[in-house]
Amino acid sequence: MVKAKAFLKRFYVGLVFFLLYSPILVMIVCSFNSSKARTVWGGFTFDWYLQLFRDGAVLEAVRTSLLLTASAALIATALGTLACLGMAAMGKQSQGVLISITNIPMLNADIVTGIAVMLLFVRFMNLGYTSMLIAHVTLCIPYIILNVMPKLRQTNTSIYEAALDLGATPVYAFIKVVLPDLMPAIFSGFLLAFTISLDDFIITYFTKGAGINTISTMLYQEVRRGINPEMYAMSTLLFLAILLILFAANRISETQEEKGA
Amino acid sequence: MSKKPLIDLVHISKAFDGETVLDDLSLSIRENEFLTLLGPSGCGKTTTLRILGGFVTPDQGRVIFDGADITMLPPNKRNLNTVFQKYALFPHMNIAENIAFGLKISGKSDAYIRDKIAYALKLVNLEGYEKRNPTALSGGQQQRIAIARAIVNEPKVLLLDEPLGALDLKLRQEMQYELIRLKNELGITFIYVTHDQEEALTMSDTVVVMNQGYIQQMGTPEDIYNEPENAFVADFIGDSNIIDGIMLRDELVEILGVRFPCVDTGFPKNLPVDVVIRPEDVILDDPGKGLLDGVVSHLIFKGVHYEMEVQAGGYEWLVQSTVAHPVGASVSIRVIPFNIQIMNKPVSEDEKAVALDE
Amino acid sequence: MNKQKFLAGPYLVWAAGFIILPLLMVLYYGLTGDEGQLTLEHLAAIADPIHVKALWESLLIAAGSTAICLVIAYPLAYILSRSHIRQSGAVIMLFILPMWINFLLRILALQMILANTGILNAILRFFGLPRLHLMYSHGAILIGMVYEYLPFMILPIYNILCKIDRDVIDAARDLGADGITVFRRIILPLSLPGVMSGVIMVFIPGISEFVIADILGGSKILLIGNVIEQEFSLANDWGLGSGLSLVLMLFIFVSMPLMNKYDKTGEGQILW
Repeated sequence: MVKAKAFLKRFYVGLVFFLLYSPILVMIVCSFNSSKARTVWGGFTFDWYLQLFRDGAVLEAVRTSLLLTASAALIATALGTLACLGMAAMGKQSQGVLISITNIPMLNADIVTGIAVMLLFVRFMNLGYTSMLIAHVTLCIPYIILNVMPKLRQTNTSIYEAALDLGATPVYAFIKVVLPDLMPAIFSGFLLAFTISLDDFIITYFTKGAGINTISTMLYQEVRRGINPEMYAMSTLLFLAILLILFAANRISETQEEKGA
Repeated sequence: MSKKPLIDLVHISKAFDGETVLDDLSLSIRENEFLTLLGPSGCGKTTTLRILGGFVTPDQGRVIFDGADITMLPPNKRNLNTVFQKYALFPHMNIAENIAFGLKISGKSDAYIRDKIAYALKLVNLEGYEKRNPTALSGGQQQRIAIARAIVNEPKVLLLDEPLGALDLKLRQEMQYELIRLKNELGITFIYVTHDQEEALTMSDTVVVMNQGYIQQMGTPEDIYNEPENAFVADFIGDSNIIDGIMLRDELVEILGVRFPCVDTGFPKNLPVDVVIRPEDVILDDPGKGLLDGVVSHLIFKGVHYEMEVQAGGYEWLVQSTVAHPVGASVSIRVIPFNIQIMNKPVSEDEKAVALDE
Repeated sequence: MNKQKFLAGPYLVWAAGFIILPLLMVLYYGLTGDEGQLTLEHLAAIADPIHVKALWESLLIAAGSTAICLVIAYPLAYILSRSHIRQSGAVIMLFILPMWINFLLRILALQMILANTGILNAILRFFGLPRLHLMYSHGAILIGMVYEYLPFMILPIYNILCKIDRDVIDAARDLGADGITVFRRIILPLSLPGVMSGVIMVFIPGISEFVIADILGGSKILLIGNVIEQEFSLANDWGLGSGLSLVLMLFIFVSMPLMNKYDKTGEGQILW
């Protein structure tokens, strides 16, 4: 009875994981399929990987995507962290108002956020890389603030005051005492922002200028005329890279914990 | 107090991840007893309590409650209730709902529940708190609610897991008297877990001193304090001078090369022993008038008495006295034979004193 | 300490310029006509039967996918929160990981699985079972949305379940509650804020979704998101697009306080 229950639980978790990952599995298989028809297996090939590295348009889209996402996440992290520090010094009421405003891009429909930024830029400037970047930063900031703010509230203000008491300047005390404490929260906020931004299609779609493509918008164009299998190859590589990074990060934090203990 | 045993723990063993926490522990608890499990952290006292509550199943041994084997009975089927260390009040219910929780499950009538809530709140001196939220209460108040929530179910036994641990000193002392009063009013068995020896001595009928999964000594607070059975108990309960000695013959022990008359008999001749002398039992006299001469090396005023350290015979004696001797003064040490405790040296590693967390 | 406030300055400027101002632009376009005159015609356009139908279908699909996500996610989060792997962040990572594959690619891969000549039907045929016509239906959109948004339901519920004090559960059992009662009276009510976060995180993107409907629903099914998108990309009627966006926003921000009632922390920090 107990065993059956345990098996059922494991089966259920396994099933959901399988469903979550099966499209990714399909995509990986497709990246090695020599047939361009998506549901016909034409034999194993590495061709798409080779072609990928010769295809300027795809590489350019990957470059744009990564650059856009990385800069958006970094700018958002800087702005968001500073905002948290500022908000911490504010009264409850102004803090509440700011948090509500911060929540808007996260809670609002992406399509409305995208359209809104687009309207602003079409009216006063031109759509291009800048409009895309600004929209992405706006999208990212709430995730930084939502991660850092609770941590900042937990942080004991007396450790900052203790540092001042011991003769540190406010800036030095912040860098040496407060920042290390906030670092995990800032990092997880950054990671989340990076993920959300990289995965975004809708906001990019509305705010991108002509001639610029990210991975998302390029794929959307290809939906009608059939996906270039190079895209599968590219995504497979990206997925493996992420897996490796996460695995390495996990190992590092584990060894650090062992050292700590 | 009735002499009838209510709970019997029979040869209980428990290991977590291969680490033995309880080793062949047997314990008998009588009805209406206030029994305290006392020991440093990791001694197995909380595990013992959780086995009684049903949250932990022992690897070996049985739990007998009122004549029935309840070893495998889940917690919700047991006629005992627990007061948790961190209160564990239900945060999404108000005080009345918290207290009513167990009564609603057992299907009591609304009128009964209402009366019982009022009665319990009166008992813990928090009348009129029905509609409050647990998070709005102070630690001491939350603790009282946790107790009220447990006792309305009229358990035969109340298990208390370091219930005063999170309170400040003043409140802790108040709550000690409160608990004794409660226990007397309810007339049920209290099993209490603490690492605070003062708490244990103040409240208990019986104290069980535990260390490393073993019971070191069990007895009345007076027994435990005055007649510690081994160096661990002596060291854990209050301050003690524990000195190596040799039992020369009945009623005579040699400490630090000096012969001290004592009252213990029946030890083999020339047996190495541990000698325990409480600091308040060390009498300081003018030089030459006592058994062992020495020099005062430290003096601290402690309020009710002075605490001194005396270098004598190569040992640093801890002495408490209402009379102060200045640092550097020559004194002589004397002990009334009755106040010298002779104890066998520990035979196993397990019985040896471990680092205390006090 | 007071100077510290100014650190929020750059963000304040940003929020005013790129959160508030763009929304005012939507408001402006939504409320003005071709000659810049004030008009409610764009807002009223929602009453057009096509738009009403699109909004209604969006609501239905969003509500349906939210409900299915909840039914799948809650038991999963519950099992995971009670297993010993909960210490490691690895579980969370496993749920976020699929998001690193482009959203469009995942939906396209799902299309390959669901298609009439797709993998699912190949498997069914192998077992001699009848073929399913899933593609270009409401069902396909529903599956797509559940697939896409499931992690957003799992994470907040998992997080809040992990935060429930074990002593509180022990206390309930100690007071006589059996497994079902503990769940019904303790675990479920205490996990409601997480459930609400999950519902918001799934329902809101769900109601404005247009890409999934585009790919898995074909052009047959028109959701409110598709309508808005087409006003901008095809019809070039920005006023109408903005007006409908305003209506959509109204829907979202009216439903928010209803859901937020359960979020006692008031910060939405249980989201992650």
